[in-house]
Amino acid sequence: MIHAEVVDRIGLMGLTLTSREREEREMHSAVQRANALATIAAILLATICAAASFLDAFNSPSLQAHVQVVKINRFRRQLDGNDEVKMTLKMSMDLTSLFTWNTKQVFVFLAAEYETDTNSLNQVSLWDHIVQEKDHASFQVKVPTKYPLIDQGTNLRGKKVGLVLHWHIMPISGRMIQGKMPLSDFSLPDSYTTRS
Amino acid sequence: MDRIKFLGDVKIRPALIQLLNLGMIISSALIIWKGLMCITGCESPVVVVLTGSMEPGFKRGDILFLHMNKEPIRAGEIVVYNVDGRDIPIVHRVIKAHERRDTGEIDILTKGDNNPVDDISLYSGGQLWLNRHHIIGRAIGYLPYVGYLTIIMTEMPIVKHLLIVVLALLVITSKE
Repeated sequence: MIHAEVVDRIGLMGLTLTSREREEREMHSAVQRANALATIAAILLATICAAASFLDAFNSPSLQAHVQVVKINRFRRQLDGNDEVKMTLKMSMDLTSLFTWNTKQVFVFLAAEYETDTNSLNQVSLWDHIVQEKDHASFQVKVPTKYPLIDQGTNLRGKKVGLVLHWHIMPISGRMIQGKMPLSDFSLPDSYTTRS
Repeated sequence: MDRIKFLGDVKIRPALIQLLNLGMIISSALIIWKGLMCITGCESPVVVVLTGSMEPGFKRGDILFLHMNKEPIRAGEIVVYNVDGRDIPIVHRVIKAHERRDTGEIDILTKGDNNPVDDISLYSGGQLWLNRHHIIGRAIGYLPYVGYLTIIMTEMPIVKHLLIVVLALLVITSKE
């Protein structure tokens, strides 16, 4: 009697296990198997995501872009005292070199950048666009500005403004990459205009 | 008589070891979380995207990795910010930035990629700009879908309770 108990406790190699304990052993193996599978799957997935993101860093893009201010649609002083400009832009760009197989979309925007007496830097987005496929990454548009250029103050008359193209590569998984490229400058008129 | 005494002795030790294991798991998780907080400089280094305002870039249920440093905030960056008096952080993109020459302070306007208008209506009261102290962190990386579990657990607490019960059962009944 006592001999059987001791052997039960030690659970020696399944030789003298009762059928109940044998059942419990198998039940645990199933759970352990599922656990091991899930862990390996998770580790593999994490590794692939990390590798995809890591490889993105080696992509050296060479893109081309050109922008031109076609027309100033409105240049006035708002009721609250700030200068406001709306214009029409003609842009052409080729963003295909930014795309890798890990790229979900590229968010591209054109910012007007300038400085004033009170502000060392003003960055105002004039237009943005989302490119989701490499095939659509090279295009030309002629559009009015999506967002008006509004100053903190009345400094825009005669101001020289730089147009900088920014892009933000958003991956399928992993690290996001930002970049920018200054394009042409242009000068605003010396006096307010009204829509013609 | 002997059998019962033997049973009583042996059962306590494994139970204590189980408890210790559980404690180890919980503390390791806590160490990793706090460590991440230190490395990234944010209070919450990982956030779950709750709304569709940044689609198609970020969908509901994606998780974002945040980082915060002293670098100036510039247009185009995706930032996570808290509006005064609100708990839920918002993840949107900076579309306007004005940096003051004298103080170095910066005025920021944000907008969700998928929203038709900028966030001015989201800022509290008559606030027109966000400042640095509103920003919790910058989004630097992203994993799809992983956060959906968190959303389910928040919106249907029954799932969270069920999960805890199942996990507790697994830990207790596992023999190692």
